[in-house]
Amino acid sequence: MSQLVIFFVFAAIMVFAGVMVITVRNAVHSALFLVLAFFSSAAIWLLMEAEFLAIVLVLVYVGAVMVLFLFVVMMLDVNTARLKEGFIRYLPVGLLVAVLIAFQLIMVVGGERFGLEDYPKPVPKAADYSNTEALGAVLYTEYLFAFEVAAVILLVAIVAAISLTMRRRNTVKTQKPEMQVAVRREDRIRIVSMASEPRNGREDGS
Amino acid sequence: MEFFTDMWMALPEGLRAVLAASTKIMMVVGPLMLAVAYVTLAERKIIGRIQVRIGPNRVGFFGHSLWGLGQPIADAVKLLFKEIVLPSGANRVLFLIAPMLSLGPALAAWAVLPLNAEFVIADINAGLLYILAMTSIGVYGVIVAGWASNSKYAFLGAMRSAAQIVSYEIAMGFALVVVLMAAGSLNIRDIVLAQEGGVLGWFWAPLLPMFLVYFISGVAETNRAPFDVAEGESEIVAGFHVDYSGMAFAVFFLAEYANMILIAALAAILFLGGWLSPFEGTALASLPLLGNGIHWLLLKIALFVFLYLWFRATFPRYRYDQIMRLGWKVFIPVTLVWLVVVGVAVMYPPLWDWLTGFGLLAVALTLLLVVFRGAVKPSGVIMP
Amino acid sequence: MTDFVAITPELFLLTMACVVLIVDAFLPEAYRAVTYQLALMTLVITGGLTVALYPAEPQVVFHGAAVVDGMGSVLKAFIAGIAFFAFTYSKDYLRERNVFKGEYYVLGLFAVLGMMIMVSAHSLLTIYLGLELLSLCLYAMVAMHRDSADASEAAMKYFVLGALASGMLLYGISMIYGGTGTVDLGEIAAVVASGDIVDDTVLVFGLVFLVVGLAFKLGAVPFHMWLPDVYHGAPTAVTLFIGSAPKMAAFAMVMRVLVDGLEGLQADWQAMLVILSILSMAVGNVIAIAQTNLKRMFAYSTIAHVGFLILGVLSGTEAGYAASMFYAIVYAIMSLGGFGMIVLLSRGGFEADRLEDFKGLNERSPWFAFIMMVFLFSMAGVPPFVGFWAKWSVLREVVAADMVWLAVVAVVFSIIGAFYYLRVVKLMYFDKPEDASPITAGGDLQAAVSINGLAVLGLGLFPGALLTLCVAALAAS
Repeated sequence: MSQLVIFFVFAAIMVFAGVMVITVRNAVHSALFLVLAFFSSAAIWLLMEAEFLAIVLVLVYVGAVMVLFLFVVMMLDVNTARLKEGFIRYLPVGLLVAVLIAFQLIMVVGGERFGLEDYPKPVPKAADYSNTEALGAVLYTEYLFAFEVAAVILLVAIVAAISLTMRRRNTVKTQKPEMQVAVRREDRIRIVSMASEPRNGREDGS
Repeated sequence: MEFFTDMWMALPEGLRAVLAASTKIMMVVGPLMLAVAYVTLAERKIIGRIQVRIGPNRVGFFGHSLWGLGQPIADAVKLLFKEIVLPSGANRVLFLIAPMLSLGPALAAWAVLPLNAEFVIADINAGLLYILAMTSIGVYGVIVAGWASNSKYAFLGAMRSAAQIVSYEIAMGFALVVVLMAAGSLNIRDIVLAQEGGVLGWFWAPLLPMFLVYFISGVAETNRAPFDVAEGESEIVAGFHVDYSGMAFAVFFLAEYANMILIAALAAILFLGGWLSPFEGTALASLPLLGNGIHWLLLKIALFVFLYLWFRATFPRYRYDQIMRLGWKVFIPVTLVWLVVVGVAVMYPPLWDWLTGFGLLAVALTLLLVVFRGAVKPSGVIMP
Repeated sequence: MTDFVAITPELFLLTMACVVLIVDAFLPEAYRAVTYQLALMTLVITGGLTVALYPAEPQVVFHGAAVVDGMGSVLKAFIAGIAFFAFTYSKDYLRERNVFKGEYYVLGLFAVLGMMIMVSAHSLLTIYLGLELLSLCLYAMVAMHRDSADASEAAMKYFVLGALASGMLLYGISMIYGGTGTVDLGEIAAVVASGDIVDDTVLVFGLVFLVVGLAFKLGAVPFHMWLPDVYHGAPTAVTLFIGSAPKMAAFAMVMRVLVDGLEGLQADWQAMLVILSILSMAVGNVIAIAQTNLKRMFAYSTIAHVGFLILGVLSGTEAGYAASMFYAIVYAIMSLGGFGMIVLLSRGGFEADRLEDFKGLNERSPWFAFIMMVFLFSMAGVPPFVGFWAKWSVLREVVAADMVWLAVVAVVFSIIGAFYYLRVVKLMYFDKPEDASPITAGGDLQAAVSINGLAVLGLGLFPGALLTLCVAALAAS
């Protein structure tokens, strides 16, 4: 019962945040609402006993991806008013298409088509059941191949991003920290012994 | 007594759970806030001593100065009665939410930290992940504050510190991954229990590089000196909270110190065995106060907080590009290498003792070097 | 352990790609050619390993993630070979445009890896991951010439539409997973064949999305819009890479998904493929006539060829699949040569991609005019060049599958298509050159294009060997 209440509270927040993401004018607000939506969905995952995924969602999407996203959005001067030009004009068509697609989807892929009655309701796991451990056990055995390929994809993404954005500028002077660290006193200062000079200025002028 | 238990049992179960959890939370947050207040006093006193000053010593209670123990209370009262100035053009809602976004995660992370063998608010399996998640969302307070202030100084400060926090989070995350590999669990209580066996059983020696990386990253993560470019006074006044005043500013202040204590607590739990006694396994452990207990944890936290203050009084501020270089080009490679080393050690236990020995040797050599160099002559200084 | 032995070529390629990446990062600019040579060597050894490990019978490895079989091995060997030629063609072109960077070859190697993973996939998950690996590399390669606005635009279009297509594919995969409860292609086939599924609406619904996603990647009409812009905008060196080997991988993807996994739904996908095929042949051949840019013309010709390629698959017989496989290989070789000729005629800062640039090629270089003519005739399907045999074998299977009308339609469009190929031949032999400068391309490039042309000619004279290889490969999978 309390689970149901919690679910509906978070689901309502999530839907609300999701709607706000695409309707608010300010791009930064939109990104922050997306964060809220991620958070609520993480809570819903927790209800489904997927605590690893829930926390990783917060860690990766909220903690890293959206932060970088906010960076970009804040530094760009996105003129949403101009982007939204013609929004009203296309709205009827868009709505019609959306409603039709939703209708078709519901017609074709309702729950009964998957034979949901054949699947029993999942049994709640014991308190010491570790979702993380279970996930690790299949990830590194059964799905090893896919896991490694996914890793290669990430590597390629890094290579591609760097090769597309990095410009080596030869005109900029940069420091070489290792040389700074390795510097010794003898490199900079030379102590010379010399005979003392006569105090010229004093004797001539004043 | 019986009356109270009957009353308690008469409450509905859900309410009982909520009440029990709330009580536990209050038991952690109340002392924590007090500690935060007094860390500010400790900072001023300790740095004062280091700089051969006295520090605050006037405000006390009931007409007694009491070494300035009333100072934090006086500060808090002063800030409470100050006006919260909303800059024109600031985004009102976000401007006020930002301090809470900053403080919330710093407190929320305490939910999974065990204070002794029995006491923990929520004993969850993925505790370490939860901590990582919570520390990673603290950055929102900084970004949102900088943006909502509608000020270039605040925005620049926010960008700087957010980039810094995000960068150091990677090294920190890897350090934590190494700890969880060594302990074989994500549950923080299990991590502490994996360090049983006295001071040599703790993870600081075998994971010495990770320990250093973790704590230094923690200093950078909390934007404290010598990594406090976010508020580098000479450059951008006070960084992301330049436009805050009154209680809103105080909340940022609280968040910064709460984060410091959190990092100190994590370092104590993950690398110095939490509530475990250093004399565990010896005869001394049976003496009063020398056995395991929460006081050891508090002592270790105090040690790390002192280090924070010591750093601030000692080191000059890093330049921004140097901070980034340290994070990306030094710490991340070091953690990656040690990840592999510890991976091998986990699969091949004899190597573990070697790692412990290596850690001890490194510490001993460093100490020797410091003492030896100090005894011979102060180097690098050109005598007049 | 046998699992790892079976995928030795992929492992080697991955290792070497990382090695090339690191070596390149530490090499000074003057030694960039080392990267290039390492990449070529990697491809040769990968191809060799694939051939050496040719399996007697299909071997499913890694808990059903991948399969090593005849079709996969043959295609993988050809992918490595064609990538080898593509790299050779691109060297001078890239150097003249200041984009001769190690990343091009690193990304190219990773793209080859992606193709190999797609080709040997035995699970919808692996197919999707391989496809993403390939696509990501290709997006970056298109965008690599950063100073060119055309290339950036092409990369953007490619990326956005590619992401859309991947979304479609994923949606289809999720439907199939929902309907069958597995992503393993073998198990999917078993579930579909078992007849346990009373209501296959979900499967057909997923199939629609899968076919749409596949058609997007193949470039079949009406999901072809990205193709001309990308082929035109990308640097020619990249276009020839995109236009050749990935088509074989796309063919393999179609085979894995539709034949290995969903053969039970053949009646459903056959109808969809017929529509895609006819539209592709019609739109590709007709619009190509209006093009004045050779790269765009080849792009539309690709669309038309994809239509033909699909014909073999939709015939639904083993021989039909073999014919399609033959077509995919042959098309990759021809397309490689066609774009290779553009690269050959291009010089620093000048793209020989307009039809006028080929005017009077015979006077400038009779040999290369002849080679180009071989490519064009072959693409048009003129006997005895290999393109003819490809078309013929596909059409034969369509007729054998009792779809004579479809074969007639295909022949009509292919005759329409012959017009624009022959127009280029006419320009080369009967018009005066606008620019009579001699060909300055390097010796290795000239040799490679010549070999490519002779291969098309030779395969045309003796098509039996390759065709038999395709039939045998399919029989062993």
